[in-house]
Amino acid sequence: MLKIESLTVAHGAIRAIDGISFSVEKGQLAAVIGSNGAGKTTLMRTLSGLKSAESGSATWLDHNLLHGKPERHVRQGVSHVSEGKSVIAQLTVEENLDLGALWRRNRNEAKATKDEVFNLFPRLAERRKQLSDTLSGGERQMLAIGRAYMSRPALLLLDEPSLGLAPLVIEQIFQSIRQIVVSMGVTVVLVEQNAMGALKIADYGVVLNLGRIAATGKASDLIADPAVRTAYLGF
Amino acid sequence: MNQFLDMVLIGVSAASIYSLMAISMVLVWRSTRVVNFAQAGMALLSAYIGYELVARIGNFWIALPLAMILGAAFSAFIEFALMRTLLKHSSQGAIAAIAPIIATLGLLGLIRAMIGFIWGHADVQLEAPLSKVGFKFGETTIVMSPMSLFVLLFVITMMIIVSIIFQKTNIGLALRASAYAPEIAQLAGIRVSGIRTLGWAIAGAAGAAAGILQTVNGNGSLSPESLEFSLLLVFGFIAAVIGGLESLPGAVLGALILGLVLAFVQIYISGSLVFAVAFLLLLTVLIVRPQGFLGSKAGRRA
Repeated sequence: MLKIESLTVAHGAIRAIDGISFSVEKGQLAAVIGSNGAGKTTLMRTLSGLKSAESGSATWLDHNLLHGKPERHVRQGVSHVSEGKSVIAQLTVEENLDLGALWRRNRNEAKATKDEVFNLFPRLAERRKQLSDTLSGGERQMLAIGRAYMSRPALLLLDEPSLGLAPLVIEQIFQSIRQIVVSMGVTVVLVEQNAMGALKIADYGVVLNLGRIAATGKASDLIADPAVRTAYLGF
Repeated sequence: MNQFLDMVLIGVSAASIYSLMAISMVLVWRSTRVVNFAQAGMALLSAYIGYELVARIGNFWIALPLAMILGAAFSAFIEFALMRTLLKHSSQGAIAAIAPIIATLGLLGLIRAMIGFIWGHADVQLEAPLSKVGFKFGETTIVMSPMSLFVLLFVITMMIIVSIIFQKTNIGLALRASAYAPEIAQLAGIRVSGIRTLGWAIAGAAGAAAGILQTVNGNGSLSPESLEFSLLLVFGFIAAVIGGLESLPGAVLGALILGLVLAFVQIYISGSLVFAVAFLLLLTVLIVRPQGFLGSKAGRRA
């Protein structure tokens, strides 16, 4: 279980995250929604070890997520896809994927994971030798998720995978995320501005507003909640 | 015709040593975004270590790889002990841009002083292990000698090994990823700080080879104040910038262009213009193609 308690993170003089608490059950998909500046990205960067917290706690199973560098978190099963299609443009598709499994000792298992990624995103298999610079926006997002999956994470943190993509492509990416949760048993925290789309595939929802929690609950309850609808879902 | 052949041979020969130096600057730049002015001092130190090893074991062919290993270790130590601390404590504001430059300049002075302290200020001689008399074809003697041919072949072999390491191995993939996008590499589980140190180590080995080969290929004399090593730094840096500062093939190409242009000036115009032309070439490239010949703008994208 991912357990976050009274977590506070400062961004310069501002408290980007101000004492939030929530938890996500193993094997669930949690959507964290909220407008620009709500603290979503800061939350993700804190959980993956890129940013340090002021106070509070965050644990995944037995691991303290507020301690150690990202490379340590990855080894403990926590992978993070940062905002804006985090792929390395100068490397090929396959190199980007291999990168995610370089630290794994067992090469056969790493190879099996790569086959899983190619199954999930056949497009990547077709383009494996291409420089990732030549990919479309949607393909890059697939590659970023694939790269994170190469570490065979138990907890996957996804930051705005829909950013700048066409509606049809977003639909496709969201379906793949759902598949990662359901058929591969990965727990996912999905940060999104596309609140409706994210809540539709999520089990659980967290609404952030200016660093604080505005609402939490089952995703379907949040979609039905009139206050959430008007403030965050836009109808 | 003969003059032209001489020009090409002199140019290629000089380029091989510039390219080693350029590669070591590019490796350091890519891994830590630092232009390492101490590289000249480190290469000079390695040449002195080579001299000491030859004096003790009497065999250049063992001394060369040994000095390269020691050069790598020294460079890795500098990154680990000095640069890492520096980048941690002055990573913000104007000082972040200046501190590493001042630090490497200071280190350059320190290394030169240390060399003077250990080996004294009088010139020492590192003898060439091979003949420096040019090959003869019938009546004509060309400027390529067994020594300079060895240097050329050695550098080409080094380039092939380095490119295989970078393109075909896991370590190479980690080195490239950490250079292009350290944050993503970190998120992928790469221990980026260790990889940075490794980048400095390879740079140290290349710099050591450049220092020793330049000395034995030249007049063989070494002094703590050596002007040749300052020039080596400048030419290596210019070659790296021409090539784009990010790219290893670019560094080799930059060195080749610089070597040939300088040889042309030296043979057809005047040896005293070499320095001016080198800077003119640098300025022209910076104005016409600031990203260098093989540097990509994509490399600077986040």
